Amino acid sequence: MPKPADQPFPHSTPLHHRQKAILVGASSGIGAALALQLADEGYSLALLARRTDLLSRLCDEINQKAGETLARGYPHDVCDYVSVPGLLQTILADLGGVDLFIYNSGVSLPVGLKKFDFHKDRRTMEVNLLGALAWLNPVAAMFQSLKSGQIVGISSVAGERGRVGNPSYNASKAALSSYLEALRNRLTRHGVHVLTVKPGFVETELLAGAKGTFWVIPADQAARDISKAIRTHKQDIYTPARWKWIMLVVRNIPSFIFRKLVF
Amino acid sequence: MPNPFFENLRTLENFGHSLRLPAYYYQPEDLDGIRPVLKTARESGLAITVRGAGRSYNDAALNGGGIILDLQAINRILEWQPGTGLIRCEPGVTLKQLWQHVLPGGWWPPVVSGTQATTLGGCLGMNIHGKNNYKAGTIGEHVLEFTALLPTGAEVTCSPQKNGDLFRAMIGGMGMLGIFTSITLQMKHMYSGLLEIQAWNAPNLSSQLEALETRKDKADYIVGWMDCTARGSGLGRGQLHQANYLPEGADPDAARNLQVGFQTLPSKFFGLVPKSLLHYFMAPFMNNPGTRMVNTAKFLVGRNKTYRQSHASFHFLLDYVPDWELAYGRQGLIQYQSFLPKETALPTWSEMLKLSHNRNLPSYLGVTKRHRPDGFLLSHAVDGFSLALDFKVTSGNRSRLAGMLQEFDQLVLKAGGRFYFAKNSETRPETALGFLGEETIHKFRSLKLRCDPDHLLESNLYRRVFGKA
Repeated sequence: MPKPADQPFPHSTPLHHRQKAILVGASSGIGAALALQLADEGYSLALLARRTDLLSRLCDEINQKAGETLARGYPHDVCDYVSVPGLLQTILADLGGVDLFIYNSGVSLPVGLKKFDFHKDRRTMEVNLLGALAWLNPVAAMFQSLKSGQIVGISSVAGERGRVGNPSYNASKAALSSYLEALRNRLTRHGVHVLTVKPGFVETELLAGAKGTFWVIPADQAARDISKAIRTHKQDIYTPARWKWIMLVVRNIPSFIFRKLVF
Repeated sequence: MPNPFFENLRTLENFGHSLRLPAYYYQPEDLDGIRPVLKTARESGLAITVRGAGRSYNDAALNGGGIILDLQAINRILEWQPGTGLIRCEPGVTLKQLWQHVLPGGWWPPVVSGTQATTLGGCLGMNIHGKNNYKAGTIGEHVLEFTALLPTGAEVTCSPQKNGDLFRAMIGGMGMLGIFTSITLQMKHMYSGLLEIQAWNAPNLSSQLEALETRKDKADYIVGWMDCTARGSGLGRGQLHQANYLPEGADPDAARNLQVGFQTLPSKFFGLVPKSLLHYFMAPFMNNPGTRMVNTAKFLVGRNKTYRQSHASFHFLLDYVPDWELAYGRQGLIQYQSFLPKETALPTWSEMLKLSHNRNLPSYLGVTKRHRPDGFLLSHAVDGFSLALDFKVTSGNRSRLAGMLQEFDQLVLKAGGRFYFAKNSETRPETALGFLGEETIHKFRSLKLRCDPDHLLESNLYRRVFGKA
């Protein structure tokens, strides 16, 4: 297991309470923006991602700004499912507790309108769904035992309908949203909050090269929306919020029309 | 990938309800259950904190993300000799169990804390003192022998003569060197279940300290209550309570009041209100004006008086109102206790009290005691006095309070004072170095390396004050 070489996190004491969060998928996009946002709010952060160079740069930026160790990087591939419980145990000990868990890892691998590609679909499912399940299971067990905590899953508006452009992405996000809803229904009674975030178009690597996008918001705006939803213990948000109305329409487009659309 | 480990997680609190941290929780039913937990720690790479009743105000019995080994269920009294007052107990035996066991024979624990809920393992780990510290010393001075399991797997027997260095370091060693498995103590003989109490008011800090000083030769116990909200000429005013054992024959009723039933604290106020509800009535007064009002009233109605009171009622003030600490609200309380040489106590505490008034952060309860030095390695004792200050924690005052306590630390260090590891929650490594000195810390670290080379025993307190070696 890779060990982060930097300093230990500062201690919680009765007069220095520290909020502690784990963020999976932190190296870029919404994850990186959310890490910066939560660090500004005083969180101690265990940041996980595959790309170690980006991760250590982000940790350095946060720690330099804060003047203390608020962020530590844990190199991790979300498809390495077996390592998850052990890594969670290590991080829990390093942080001295966890109040917030965020699963943000996600890929979008469009196949083209007339093509079919199992390998891409499988990869999408492995990162977006199975990676999430590998984490959400032990995290849910942990928070259920502690009778507290908050889980955030970054899903997508794309999970609300199956569209011609990217079937496995739609399916992975639909499954993630459903799973998060089920977790919420299981865990609320144990004092655990579960938040499903459905971003619209956010300026990230995932969107690079995509056509037909609109209302694109920068990642830090999405991060602000998400952190506000975390603070207020929301269950479900769209970012930006106006997607709520668009999706109301999209969800209700009858199939005979939807079949003819190309988006 | 089932992971049964996470199901053992539990959120634990300190006594002041001011810090909540998760840990994997194990409560073995007998001594044989300890080794498997050590094995789990070794295999998982997690550290263990040994916990008793969890009565430390700070983070001594907390281990965020690590393992808690709760010894409360290992609580058998192994041997009692009513002829000599020798008793051998398992570490989870509480002071309540202890006094109730020995009282009918005319004995009482030589040193007790302000609550009877504490376990002997915890009492030794912190080397507790009572209101008779200047006379009887700490509880460690009444331990004839203990056995312990070291993280290395070795079992040791320690007494002042045998393994003396470990004896003097494990007592007061915060549970960081080994796990007590049995404790042999000498009880104190008495002729009555009652104490002779004298109570009187002290108009200011100087008269309070003077009383603790001059009465110490005559009193078996002495303790001061301080109204920390009083200013000006009444700064540090309060009430003193002195208690003395009754000599043989002075109590015709001894046979009756040496019974456990006589000593038990009443469960109702005025025979009517269950005391378990009382903290709800206290809560509305737990603010600056409320405390000033209650303290002033308490001081003004205070009269010189002499009366007899049972041991349990005199000693276990913290148990008098069950769950009193809940009255401090959701954020709980912290305690700041400083020990000062008798020469510097008056000016230093005067300055501290004034500082707390200027910052509008008065303590809601102050308690003074007289102390004497002892020979234990991580000793908190001085030839002087201690002042324990309770502060309510709110989400708004945390950082201001933390800042003030750092200033207090500097004042205490400058005055040659010391601190107690069961109480203060914000002591920094440099402060510990300041009062313990490099040599003591080096000695403790060498013993730690000898007894626990893999750092299997660590608590939040240890990591905060001593860090990694």
